Amino acid sequence: METKLARIALAAWVVFVLAFLFVPIILIFVYAFNASNIQSWPISGLSLRWFVSAWGNQEIRTALGLSLKAGLLATSVAVFLGSSAAFAVHRFDFFGKETVSFMVVLPIALPGIITGMALNSFFVFWGLGLSFWTIVIGHATFCIVIVYNNVIARLRRVPRSLEEASMDLGADAWQTFRRITLPMISTSLVAGALLAFALSFDEVIVTTFTAGAQNTLPLWIFGAIRLGQRLPEVNVVVLFVMALTFVPVLLAYKLTNQAGPMVK
Amino acid sequence: MNDRTHTVFASTADRLSAVLSGAVRRLSVILWRKPGLGAGLLLAPPLGWFLLIYIAALAALFISAFWTTDSFTGEIDRTWTLSNFQAILGSETYRLIAIRTIFMAAAVTITDIILAFPFAYFMVRLASQRQRVALFTLVLVPLWSSYLARVYAWRLIFANEGVLNWILHGLGFQSVEIGYTNWAMWIVFSYIWLPFTIMPIYAALERIPYSLFEASQDLGAKAWRTFFKVILPLSMPGVVAGSIFSFSLTLGDYITPVLVGGPGSDFIGNVVYANVGIANNVPFAAAYASIPLVVMGLYLMAARRSGAFDVM
Repeated sequence: METKLARIALAAWVVFVLAFLFVPIILIFVYAFNASNIQSWPISGLSLRWFVSAWGNQEIRTALGLSLKAGLLATSVAVFLGSSAAFAVHRFDFFGKETVSFMVVLPIALPGIITGMALNSFFVFWGLGLSFWTIVIGHATFCIVIVYNNVIARLRRVPRSLEEASMDLGADAWQTFRRITLPMISTSLVAGALLAFALSFDEVIVTTFTAGAQNTLPLWIFGAIRLGQRLPEVNVVVLFVMALTFVPVLLAYKLTNQAGPMVK
Repeated sequence: MNDRTHTVFASTADRLSAVLSGAVRRLSVILWRKPGLGAGLLLAPPLGWFLLIYIAALAALFISAFWTTDSFTGEIDRTWTLSNFQAILGSETYRLIAIRTIFMAAAVTITDIILAFPFAYFMVRLASQRQRVALFTLVLVPLWSSYLARVYAWRLIFANEGVLNWILHGLGFQSVEIGYTNWAMWIVFSYIWLPFTIMPIYAALERIPYSLFEASQDLGAKAWRTFFKVILPLSMPGVVAGSIFSFSLTLGDYITPVLVGGPGSDFIGNVVYANVGIANNVPFAAAYASIPLVVMGLYLMAARRSGAFDVM
């Protein structure tokens, strides 16, 4: 249908958009290996010295540890709550069912400052001092939707008849869940968990409202950039964060796609 | 362990597992007969979490917008008043900040749709299967890449000695001071949320059956007519879904204004954050945050009608 000219124009547009998307990311890679401590282009030489220096920085290590711990805990909570919500919505009919999927998406559909403030005022109201745990609660709240969406999408594709067959053959609810349901949805659970972790590991806005004196890695980066301090180390940390969020995402993507034809 | 204890042990284990499986069985029967109970058990934890921690807090927050903070003691005075809203509407600065935020969110949304639509269209209509998978993955990379990393990259680009000026010099132009301006914010926001716009538009375009394109042509429509009468209306839910992300995310952001905006580029989020953290005036912050909340609420309601939630 498209004329030759239109095809060429569209292809050129795609190339332009890809360049726009990737030039900044490539630059992050290059700057991490910058030998100089001055951030100018072209970089003066290649070196690994800032990797060594960032690795030795105690602040960065503490922040990294905190981010990993908070991410893992928040992900666990999100997996539990998100998958039970998905099961409830998929399996049962009840009043306000539509509202559930709307409600779980709210923490990420509403502007970040609103979610942050709501959580902040909840903690203040109950006199819960901002701490590691408030970070976890905040992250879990906006990660639930990720697990929920992944699991419910899978449940919709899995035929219910397999479970009915299992029950007809005499398996009880637990056996059916353990041997039939769980294997069929397991990759979507893992994919949801990986994406939730990636989201948590990188979050800044909500975290600034729910963290007390603690720094997660993104908070450390934000502070350092704002104050213009330790920028060569920031280059390295930023590259590391990008790599670490990307691995789970790629895995999740693979898992969801592999499972595609299997359960269709 | 001798034989006897072993037998005793085994039989106890047997009995135990019999009792357990009996219990499980009875429980399954109960749950089967009363599906409401199963739904309740599954739903209680997530619903409790959301209602208690999030929804209630959200509601409480916006009730507090009608309260005030005593400027001396910092205590919250729970008398109903519209004074926060009056202060916002009466102040030139606060009005300007709100308008700047909403205007920027709109500009970014439009820019992203313009960038995303032809891209998604190419993916669906012209790309081969392999190219499509590759492009899909290539959009996924920046979508999930660190937000801070990507904002920071633009600081490096806009810097005085950065890539942009290096290119301009190479082409024989004068260097520009684009960093720390509204232009910088516009570019960075458009950059950050572009993948979030591409994905839903792609999803919507992919759903349009190929036969509709053919039917339109068979009936004699020119390419542009097919586009405006068939493709564009059918892809609208995707465009709207994509715009929810770019609009809402820009509206609620305050990190990018801090990192690439200039001194006079505060967003609603900056004011809100300062009032929660530094000034400790939560009622005022809540009143100000109700602007993006109301704007987003209206937007989401309109979006829901257009079927945007099906492609999100």
